Amino acid sequence: MKRNIMIAAGAALLALSAAACSGGSSPAVSAGQADPSQASAAGFQEQHKGGTLHLQAKAGDGTLDPHINYSNGNWQVFQAMYDGLLAFKKVGGEASYDLVPDLAQAMPQVSKDGKSYTFTLRKGVKFAGGGEVTVDDVVASFQRIYKVSGPTSGTFYAGIVGADACVKKPGECTLDGGVVADKAKNTVTINLVEPDSEFPLKLALPHAAVLPKDTPAKDQGTTPIGGTGPYAAASYDPNKELRLVRNPNFTEWSRDAQPQGYPDEIVYSYGLTAEAAVTAIQNGQADWVFDPLPADRLSEIGAKYASQAHVNQLSAFWYLPLNVNLAPFDKPEARQALNWAIDRDAVVKMYGGANVAQPACSILPPGIPGHADFCDFPKPDLAKAKQLVQQSGTAGQEVSVVVSDDDVSKQIGEYVRSTLEQIGYRAKLKVISTNIHFTYIQNSKNKVQVSVSQWYADYPAASDFLHVLLSCASFRPGSDSSINISGYCDKDVDARMAEAMTLDRTDKNAANVKWGEIDRDLTKASPIIPLFTPKQVDFVSSRVGNYQFHKQFFMLVSQLWVK
Amino acid sequence: MSATVNGAVKETGPIPAVAAPVRPSAGPWRQAATRILRNRSALAAGAGLLLIALVCLLAPVYAGSIAHTDPFVSNISGTTVVGGQEVPVLQQSTEGLGLGVTPIGPTGDPAHYLLGADNQGRDVMARLLYGGRNSLLIGISSALLCCALATVLGVLAGYFGGWIDAVLSRFFDVIWAFPVYLLAICLSVVLLTSGLHLGPVHIDAGSLALPIVIIALIYVPYVARPLRGQVMALRGKEFLQAAVGLGASDARIMRREVLPNVLPTVVVFLPLMTALNMLTESALSFLSVGVQSPDASWGTIINDGLALLYTRPMITIAAGLFVALTAVALNVFGDGVRDALDPNARLRGGA
Repeated sequence: MKRNIMIAAGAALLALSAAACSGGSSPAVSAGQADPSQASAAGFQEQHKGGTLHLQAKAGDGTLDPHINYSNGNWQVFQAMYDGLLAFKKVGGEASYDLVPDLAQAMPQVSKDGKSYTFTLRKGVKFAGGGEVTVDDVVASFQRIYKVSGPTSGTFYAGIVGADACVKKPGECTLDGGVVADKAKNTVTINLVEPDSEFPLKLALPHAAVLPKDTPAKDQGTTPIGGTGPYAAASYDPNKELRLVRNPNFTEWSRDAQPQGYPDEIVYSYGLTAEAAVTAIQNGQADWVFDPLPADRLSEIGAKYASQAHVNQLSAFWYLPLNVNLAPFDKPEARQALNWAIDRDAVVKMYGGANVAQPACSILPPGIPGHADFCDFPKPDLAKAKQLVQQSGTAGQEVSVVVSDDDVSKQIGEYVRSTLEQIGYRAKLKVISTNIHFTYIQNSKNKVQVSVSQWYADYPAASDFLHVLLSCASFRPGSDSSINISGYCDKDVDARMAEAMTLDRTDKNAANVKWGEIDRDLTKASPIIPLFTPKQVDFVSSRVGNYQFHKQFFMLVSQLWVK
Repeated sequence: MSATVNGAVKETGPIPAVAAPVRPSAGPWRQAATRILRNRSALAAGAGLLLIALVCLLAPVYAGSIAHTDPFVSNISGTTVVGGQEVPVLQQSTEGLGLGVTPIGPTGDPAHYLLGADNQGRDVMARLLYGGRNSLLIGISSALLCCALATVLGVLAGYFGGWIDAVLSRFFDVIWAFPVYLLAICLSVVLLTSGLHLGPVHIDAGSLALPIVIIALIYVPYVARPLRGQVMALRGKEFLQAAVGLGASDARIMRREVLPNVLPTVVVFLPLMTALNMLTESALSFLSVGVQSPDASWGTIINDGLALLYTRPMITIAAGLFVALTAVALNVFGDGVRDALDPNARLRGGA
């Protein structure tokens, strides 16, 4: 999923798993004023409560409806606005991938066959609108995921009993037998058609947020929906600003799941370019910018404002999808040739250097279960690449590299074009608008031979990379939402991925080993060429404290101190 | 003794016994050339243009024999020599958190990145020279194409009048109705996806011919309109009526009588349109809808430099300077040509 075009992408991925957000391992470089772990351990620090946090982004990230929005930008702020039955622990570092009960009192009771999850609801949690959260709200919220045709209703939540019918006829969705409430016991039971070891992770995403049962079953757009988090939206204009104020009904019930926020108000302003936003932060006129920092400002930020910069590993990777159904990359030798020719260190430089990205040898980034340390294409070998091109019989063919018009993609595209020329192809670069690039390269009708893309994990699971990006089910010829951009389909690999997912329910270590092997075989087959694993560089104003980086949802906005 | 009558000098002295041999007066083109040679500004601008064109034509010599570089191949992990020491072309920041990578700046050494490198590690000077070839090629070719098309259409509309004039004039109106750059961007965006396929004419999406055709087309009305007016004025002249009376065909009249009379105007337009078209090309390329990679132009180089404006402004400044100098030179030279061919028309004033 893209950082700034996720709305379009997310909406397109109706029937496929798609990614959003990011995570990462422990901070590589973090130079904030406070030690986050200490702040967290110390509990809420009253003396830092108050003030207004000013965030900046070039543009708003679409609808404010958590069941529909599929963007990094809004998912980040949704963490302070909405809750689900479960949550990723809201702390920085490794523990942020831990699941904790949120609106549920405790982790669910799972039936022996792995198909039923029973949650007991907390009592006394209130929505911003005033009503107390009940089991009816939970049932209505799950129904609403389908009624609004949420982007992941047909994928993440397709395994719930009754989901099939809901996907076909969203307006009549009841999820009969799928989500069952017991008012007397204050419990909700979710029944699955098949066991799904990743289901608890999916429940911690904003798409499974619990909303008031009377929330209209249509996209609420710019109309705020009162959630249960410490903040509620007072106003939202995607062309101007999002203003969050304290939820008057919020009382902290679990510091791990939903901690009280520090700023009294959070103002997310839209319109400034990243370049202008960086200057505003330097001048103390803004506290943080969402957009990637301009490449020509990185050196300055790293040198002069080191104490205000935070660099963290993301659970994501940039890659080149090669169309295995079109010449020349229908030949494995041609794909391997490009894999041998690419200098990943050079690509890392285009992203901002070794401290901002790491060369990627595998599809699964470090920190994602199943990641294995191997490197079958360690250093560029142009001679070998040229030889493979000759072997493949594709030398001299024309290749178009399709990239979006952001600076980094254009640079990588130009480098790939130059490399293709060097190994014997006639290469061209085609730059298209970022707004359409992601859907354009997915549609096989557009006959894209090679492009530059990126993938951010929805949740920490190997399947969210390998199965989503390279399974037969993810390839939909002629569709704008064919996230298997390469069009790669190997029944044997599919069967092995299914085995790994089954094994994950009983033996996670064995499953991880299997995922690692699949990753290696796929990397050798080279339907996609991993380039690098990016890092997130957050630049905050000098007054900001208590910076914490959450692996799944990035910087914890509500935990920043501005006072 | 002499007296002045209507600006001419009339001899009033005694008539010489034997008249001196009369030299035939120089033709209009020769007179124009003489006037240009006496116009110092135009001469200087012409010399500057020639110099820029020559330097750009020698791009392969500079890249191959002096800089020893291929300006179309990425050299991100490459090294160069500065002050006798080998240094990376793209340098990782080492200060503070060590964020960011900056291309090497101007070295002042023609053999080693005279104007520095771009973010692909390519020699900026070599790219500027190669880019200049394309910018000039597009500017000149599109101006020639534009003037040729405009001459044909303007002469047809002005000579025949009636429904032909009505149709062609509405065509000009339609094109004129669009803001120039908006029309150029629209055409470029559409044609860059699939190329141009018009009957037997096929132009690939990445071809340099595409911006040439697009830019030429959008400026046709700007040249054709004045030409049409000029031809309409000529229609009532005696020499045209005489040609008609002699039974000359329309094609012959247009070719032999009309065309020579509008040609000086077309020649005046040429350098001015070249400057305008070159600027349009630079603007389109800057917006990524002009010259496409792997080709370069001054516009694409300005675009490349935009991401490095803060740390390596020389890339943008140098390309911008080349564009500005060439455009000014073309305009000054164009003014000189206009003054030479039509000394009475001083509509623009000195450039």
